[in-house]
Amino acid sequence: MTAVIRTEKLTRDFGKTRAVDSLDLEVEAGEVFGLLGPNGAGKTTTVGMLTTTVRPTSGTAVVDGHSITKEPGLVRRSVGIVFQELSLDGMLTGRENLELSGQLYGVARAERRRRIAELLELVDLSARADSQVKTYSGGMKRRLELARGLLHRPRVLFMDEPTLGLDPQSREVIWQYIAAMAEAEGTTIVLTTHYMEEAERMCDRIAIIDRGRIIREGTPEALTTALGGDVVRVRAARIDEAALRALPFVSKLQLEPGGATIAMERASVNLPALLAALGPIDAIEVRRPTLNDVFLASTGRHIRDEAATGTWLDDAMRLVVQGDRR
Amino acid sequence: MSELGAVVAVWRREFIVFRREVSRVVSSIVSPLMWLFLFGAGVGGTVEVGGEHYQAFIFPGIVIMATLFTSMFYGVYIIWDRKIDVLKAVLVAPVSRVAIFFGKVLGGCTDALLQAVVLLLVGLFFVSYTPLGLLAAAGIVLLTSIAFVALGLGIGAFFESLEGFQLIGTFVVFPLFFLSGALYRLDQVPGWLRVLSRVDPVTYAVDALRGVLLGLNVFPLSLDVAILAAFAALAVLGGSLSFGRMK
Repeated sequence: MTAVIRTEKLTRDFGKTRAVDSLDLEVEAGEVFGLLGPNGAGKTTTVGMLTTTVRPTSGTAVVDGHSITKEPGLVRRSVGIVFQELSLDGMLTGRENLELSGQLYGVARAERRRRIAELLELVDLSARADSQVKTYSGGMKRRLELARGLLHRPRVLFMDEPTLGLDPQSREVIWQYIAAMAEAEGTTIVLTTHYMEEAERMCDRIAIIDRGRIIREGTPEALTTALGGDVVRVRAARIDEAALRALPFVSKLQLEPGGATIAMERASVNLPALLAALGPIDAIEVRRPTLNDVFLASTGRHIRDEAATGTWLDDAMRLVVQGDRR
Repeated sequence: MSELGAVVAVWRREFIVFRREVSRVVSSIVSPLMWLFLFGAGVGGTVEVGGEHYQAFIFPGIVIMATLFTSMFYGVYIIWDRKIDVLKAVLVAPVSRVAIFFGKVLGGCTDALLQAVVLLLVGLFFVSYTPLGLLAAAGIVLLTSIAFVALGLGIGAFFESLEGFQLIGTFVVFPLFFLSGALYRLDQVPGWLRVLSRVDPVTYAVDALRGVLLGLNVFPLSLDVAILAAFAALAVLGGSLSFGRMK
């Protein structure tokens, strides 16, 4: 495999804040690569630098054989971008938006026509292609942006939070389209997201990024398996830390207000022993580890610090914590 | 070659939008007509200038006013385009900012010119001119429009927030219009106003158009056109630099 993107100590400061901190990463041709991290982790800035809209403070990167600092014009030809915020022209029809983009990227007329028809078909917008984009739904606009990003056959397609702000059903639909496009076009895709299901579902490989640095990198399976077995979360008034650490099958223990998160081997067999060691508890949840657990294990924080981090036990924990504060 | 393609692509986009914004096009023609028919008729009841009825006298000024307003606000409109991210995808394409700038300038000139031609045809009610006069008038309008679309884009590229609209309207467009002598004779005003009007480039556009349509120019026509052309060149240069630096 050959690397289509290679960054070298890529760094960007905004004033005194270091948004991206000496990033070294490689993306292989043809893979779907995810940058997963909380809001403000530096994902968008990284994409900005790799697409030449943001200048690095130091370091550089090579995209499709071109230096982002020395040959920005060639890099721009090689990449397609799907922005976090919608950037379609509402006054134009779907087809006209694609036409405009095709012209700006120098796609010849005959090829443009053919390509636009093909992509409209791929994202199921052929029937609405000649309506103004301002009449489209949010999901339709996203699909049109995906098509636009691919129009000039980029070597790498960057997607910055491609499903941000969509409801779960539309998100599911967009995932299917992205997967279909990756398959049909063979384009290398780099997507940023703070939705861990998205990273898990879509990506061949992931870099988990926090405060401008990569904290873990690998396939979703490898990252979660590395945590060791299953994740058990308990809510209990009192946790006997020493007793838990003494158990041979407990690989990690993280105490939290009102409970604990425990990584353990073979929960199906070892759970009774764990329960015996725990003593009285109020609630328990056993599950396979997620990328959020990977993030939690490395940083002590959740990927999404705001509400709704997935499971019912998080909500329960939050209630307990709030109760304590009162 | 692809740079030229980009100019044409942006121009085409602007023209499509212009055609679809019927309400904007109609209002851009109706408001000068109100100046002409309502304001002009009202004041014209008591005033005659240079042997011409007041309506005929202000007609060239009103055409330039319409051109000035359409051109400037067309340019300043990029503040809004950036706000709603319409420009974002255009700006990351592998084409130069200058190409996008020129596409925009052409788009704005097309709007302004079409509007001015409609007004000039309506003007046949008050003013009689030859086909050659119409052509010369269109040329003056085009030059004026290039200058002020470029200036508008240049200023618009500066502002990040929508308050820019208001500021530019109040502190740039209206003074340029009122100082230009569009509504009065320049040779019969107080000295301070005369001085101010002479640094206003719009003055020369109004004077040139008045010369072409009515033969009532104060300055030689060649001087009017030379100043206008120089100002347009400066505006295009400054505007493209500002547009190039736009974040």
